[in-house]
Amino acid sequence: MTILPASDRSLLVTFGSEISSESYRQVTLLTRSLQGIRGILNLHPAYASVLVDFEPRLRSHDEVEALIRERLASATHAPPLAERMVEIPVSYGGDFGPDLPDVARHTGLAPQRVVELHAAAEYIVYFVGFSTCFPYLGGLPPELATPRLSAPRKHVPVGSVAIGGGQAGIYPLASPGGWRLIGRTTLRLFDPEASPPPLLRMGDRVRFVIAEVCL
Amino acid sequence: MQTTVQDLGRFGYAHFGISASGAADPFAFRAGNLLVGNAENAAAIEMTLIGGAFEFEDDTTIALTGSDFGAGLPLWNPVEVKAGQVVRCGATRSGARVYLSVRGGIAVPPVMGSASVHVMTGVGGHALRAGDVLPIGHSSVRRPRNPARPAPEYVRDGTLRITPGPQSDWFPAGWYTGSYRVSEESNRMGLRLLGPAIPSPGGHMLTEGVALGAIQVPPDGQPIILFVEHQTTGGYPKPGNVISADFCRLGQLRPRDQVAFEQVTLEQALTTLQQQEKWLYGL
Repeated sequence: MTILPASDRSLLVTFGSEISSESYRQVTLLTRSLQGIRGILNLHPAYASVLVDFEPRLRSHDEVEALIRERLASATHAPPLAERMVEIPVSYGGDFGPDLPDVARHTGLAPQRVVELHAAAEYIVYFVGFSTCFPYLGGLPPELATPRLSAPRKHVPVGSVAIGGGQAGIYPLASPGGWRLIGRTTLRLFDPEASPPPLLRMGDRVRFVIAEVCL
Repeated sequence: MQTTVQDLGRFGYAHFGISASGAADPFAFRAGNLLVGNAENAAAIEMTLIGGAFEFEDDTTIALTGSDFGAGLPLWNPVEVKAGQVVRCGATRSGARVYLSVRGGIAVPPVMGSASVHVMTGVGGHALRAGDVLPIGHSSVRRPRNPARPAPEYVRDGTLRITPGPQSDWFPAGWYTGSYRVSEESNRMGLRLLGPAIPSPGGHMLTEGVALGAIQVPPDGQPIILFVEHQTTGGYPKPGNVISADFCRLGQLRPRDQVAFEQVTLEQALTTLQQQEKWLYGL
């Protein structure tokens, strides 16, 4: 583990440089153990790191670093297992998933087989981030890994179900994006009126359910 | 080119992918509240580049802080307004933003603990439109203060002080010596800068959390300063980060303004922040 200042009001805590279940465990542990502490303003978990924003008028880098080390040392138990399983209905292919043919070509699988594999796997939300409630999912079957587009799309429709390299995700808002779109869900992943607004949160388990397949 | 209700931001939701938002120039924002006798986080109106006309139904005290939008009222001063009076702000004559603080604060219902509008997502509402009616709240905690003398002069100063970012070792020494122009494509998410390309180290980086004021360098070498509505995670290397005391300068940058960077230590950054606090609490 390394702890470095990222700015005059934040520390970046890094657990190695790989996406792994061990780094996920550490990230979850630290994120949970730092919630609700006075002077800690925001926690930004990612694959193998947590950025800790603090109020520089109340806390110093040294104090926050000591707090991080203390919390990690005392939080020896594994984080509680995810209790939520969220099913995401997906319309695959056609206009919903314009990159399904490319994923099939790249992986050497039939499009129908890509859909079956994608929907058979169980995913876990490693973290939520990017611009607004984007869930980064672990658990994509390795044979479905497909590189991102060389130039990002200007407009990805809301609810697009996507593959980016070995990662899976869902676009909560219409936005630019470079991941391969294989389907779309009508489920609302981001609701500014809801509390909290994201449907999917760190640690949730996710399954994709085939609503229809357009080949 | 928008007018929104802001406070100091919505904290505690970055792990849901929602950045704090909040006043783009937190110094001017806080000064405005202090001048009218409000709690410093009371909601106020943030105008960007072009203002608007605001009619008051009751006598009250207001303050305009930040840039000069030609309202014909003294900036950085508590000002008495009468019922029926209209305060008109036009196009900016200096920096990007002015705050209109009203004694009692703007009483919009908080969303997730904050009145701040996150424009890109709609969390906390939307930009104001002609005809909107805003209730005034009860956030005054003391009498209005004396005018701020001398008025702060940071608004036209284009130097941004920075401390090293998490990937500063990946970049050559002195990467920050170029002069940059603020692009028209800048907004509350990020300030895009145009100028000499910063050699991008390339290589693969895992997506990680990003801080307010982070300078990220995409492959084309044109830096982007992550601003109040920034993404919460990102995969571009970050050689530097603007210091907290200069967030107010970020909030006053307009498209086509020139900026340069000056590297300081973390200690200097904190000393500068403390000086700013002293000025604010001297009001």
